[in-house]
Formats: sequence, structure tokens, C-alpha cells
Amino acid sequence: MPELRKARIATASLAGCFGCHMAILDIDERLIGLMGLVEFDRSPVNDIKKFTKRCDIGIIEGGCCNEENVHVLQDFRRNCDVLIALGQCAIMGGLPAMRNAVMHSENPLLECLEEAYISGRFIRNTTHQIPNDPALPLVLDKVYPLSEVVKIDYNIPGCAPTGDVIYSTLASLLAGKFRGFERELIKFD
Amino acid sequence: MSAISDTGTRRDTTFTFTIDGVEIRAQPGQTIMEAADDAGIYIPRLCDHEGLRHQGSCRVCTVKVGGRSVSACTQPANPGTNVESETPYLTKLRRDLVEMLFHEGNHLCPMCEASGNCELQAMAYRLDMTNPTKFPYLEPNRDLDASHPDIALDTNRCISCGRCIRASMDVDGKGLFGYVGRGIKRRVAVNGMDLAHTDAAVTDHAISAEVCPVGCIIRKREGFRIPIGEREFDKGLIGHEIEEKANA
Ligand code: SF4
Ligand code: SF4
Ligand code: FES
Repeated sequence: MPELRKARIATASLAGCFGCHMAILDIDERLIGLMGLVEFDRSPVNDIKKFTKRCDIGIIEGGCCNEENVHVLQDFRRNCDVLIALGQCAIMGGLPAMRNAVMHSENPLLECLEEAYISGRFIRNTTHQIPNDPALPLVLDKVYPLSEVVKIDYNIPGCAPTGDVIYSTLASLLAGKFRGFERELIKFD
Repeated sequence: MSAISDTGTRRDTTFTFTIDGVEIRAQPGQTIMEAADDAGIYIPRLCDHEGLRHQGSCRVCTVKVGGRSVSACTQPANPGTNVESETPYLTKLRRDLVEMLFHEGNHLCPMCEASGNCELQAMAYRLDMTNPTKFPYLEPNRDLDASHPDIALDTNRCISCGRCIRASMDVDGKGLFGYVGRGIKRRVAVNGMDLAHTDAAVTDHAISAEVCPVGCIIRKREGFRIPIGEREFDKGLIGHEIEEKANA
């Protein structure tokens, strides 16, 4: 029987804090066994910035708060068979989505940026301007969970998810028999 | 188990009915939920709380009796009836209700100090709520009331269960909290300009950790004394104490 090729995994951090990527390391020594089954394509862990091949699994941390997040997410959807939202920010917006609830004015985004850069009580911004360098991605009107932008196949809950829930989900997906989470592993914190 | 059953000398008024096919014994006047609790069967609940008058408003405890939906926390148990509780239909209904509560308030658990002790969150875990839902987020933007030296109130997380209202009225004899507004605008408010202008005390039953099921009534300087990961519902699923009675 020919040896099965390793599963190809790609990862990205969008509007997240990189904590979910760090949580992948909490898989600890089980990582060694897992690395026998997978190889990384595009990912911040190896600094590969573009897809080199089609991937079996894409893992996304963070929701979409700017234009670039949306483009990266769409690129992942095009290039991955299975797309996983990792953590609460990816699943429901998470902490960045706090801004959704404070923005109820006529011009919510402007109000938010003004408070962040100009009028906020503790701001020290000597330029008195909202950053507008063309290299900066445009901020979206609000923060979107991934599933509002593309189809997401699986969601791994947690902030950050535990090494156990990440490991058990990946291991069962790779074995082709994911049947949902043990209830004790479901956490939103 | 009834203390007076099987004695043969006193008239036994207890009776039996079934929940999901399991026969359980009830005392006259018990609700379905009270009898189920005694028998070690947990029926999900949010607005009902031990020691407080039943209100029957959240409908998370909905069960079917003779094909009709009733709230188990208010419906008296009846001899010989068959109650359905853990059916796919009812579990879905309960999950829908919990999901809608998540959408009605601002429930960003990672930044909430109730996380791990919160009954709404624990109910989501128990009902396998791991996927995002398609309801719109209402994103309320009510002011935080931090006027009181020992207590804060973030009603953006309130689920209108009314437990604080009943605890303050019936146990503390104060009437600190009440409902204002109607329909979807109905919410809980304090009986005064803000908390500092009421006779609220951190020692009130209504303010205690057990009454507000979510992170709305906050006791200051207490939030992170117990770290995330070591809190009440990190130790077991909501309802496990009741279910363990059945195995005892
Ligand atoms: S009140 Fe409960 S459900 Fe809401 S944010 Fe806090 S922990 Fe989460
Ligand atoms: S403040 Fe807490 S106890 Fe009172 S109605 Fe709201 S959720 Fe229930
Ligand atoms: S617990 Fe019965 S209606 Fe809320």
C-alpha cells in the first residue's frame, strides 16, 4: 500500500491576539506525534506568506475587522478543503467585537476612530489625526465573525481554546471521524 | 424519596409519574422540576432558583406533558402523567432560547468576570452551543452603573430572569430591582436614580453570587479572586449535583 501523504495545514491570525496560535503549542508533547501526520503550508509558524499547494485544513484565528482580513479569509477558503474557526474571536468576533456594541451613532466608525485617536481621555497623539497611510488596510464598519464572510466547517471554542480541545479536534479530523466535542471540553473562556 | 411511603400506617399521599420513561415519585403540590430534582433528574432552567418564588418566564425548562409544552418549574406534577424532557425537539428549543439570550445582550464571555460561574454560559455548554448562530446581535449600549462603592450593574448582560427582583422583594424585603418597559424593551432597573441612591448593600441576598445567573450584578473587588479555569462550571456541567443524586 502506498504511504499516505501528510495532511497539509495552513493557519492565519486575523483580528485576534495570536493567543490561539500560542494555544496550539499547549498540545505539548502530543505535537510530536501530530507532526508525523501533518506538514505546514502558509502559516505564521514558518513565515510562508502564500499558499504553495492546496491544503487539507485551514485554521483561522480572529474575526474580520479590516479589508485585509477579508481577503486573507477568502484566500483560505479557496485554497483549503476544510476551514476551521479557532477560538471565540473567529467564532463570534470576540474582544474586537466590543466595538460593535459601542457604535450606535449616525457615523459609528468615525466616532470609534475619533475616540481611539483624538478625543479619548487618555490619548497622546501628537499628530491629532486618524492614521490614514495608504498601506493601512481599511477598517470595516464592524467586526464580523468568520462565518458571516465565508463558509466555516468547524468551530473550536475557547479564549484561547485548550491544547486538549485543539488536539482532540485535529486528531479526530485527521482520522476522519470528528463527532463533535465532549461537553467538558466546551469553554468560551 | 418520601419519608412516609412504605410505612403502611400513615396514609401515603405520594404518587408516581414518569420523565422520559423513568418512573419517579412526587409529593402532592410539587412542581415537575421539584420532583425531578429530588429524583436526580436535571431539567435545564435559568429563571428558577432554589429559595425563590417560581416565575416561569425563561421557558428553558419547557417539557411536554400529554403533547403540550409547559414550564416544569411552575407546572404541578400529576399522578400517572408522562413527561418528556430530553427529546431532540426540546433540546433544540432550549438551545434556541439560550442562543437568543446570547444575541439579546452583550455576551463576550472572554471579557466577563462571571465567565466560568455563569449559568447562561454553562447552559450553552450543556446544550452543545459551539457554533455561531444566525440571529442578529441586538448589541445594547446601556450605561454601566458603578455608582455604588461595593456593587456594579452591567445590564447589557441581563437576561431578565427576575431572580434579583424576587430575592430583593421576598428575601431582603427591599424591592431594589424591578422591570421597566414592555416587550423587547423590557429590562431590569433599580428603584432609584442609580445604585448609590438605593439602600442596596453588598450583603443583600439579591446581590449575592448565587442570585444573578450571569455577569450583570457585580460585587466589586471580587471578580478574579478565583482564576478562570477553576470556577464553578469548570468543575462539572451545570446540573451535575442534581444528577449525582440519582447515582448516590
Ligand atoms: S454573563 Fe455569562 S454568557 Fe454573558 S458574557 Fe458573562 S459569562 Fe458569558
Ligand atoms: S440582573 Fe441578573 S438576576 Fe436580575 S434579572 Fe438580570 S440576569 Fe436576572
Ligand atoms: S426555569 Fe422554568 S421558565 Fe425559567
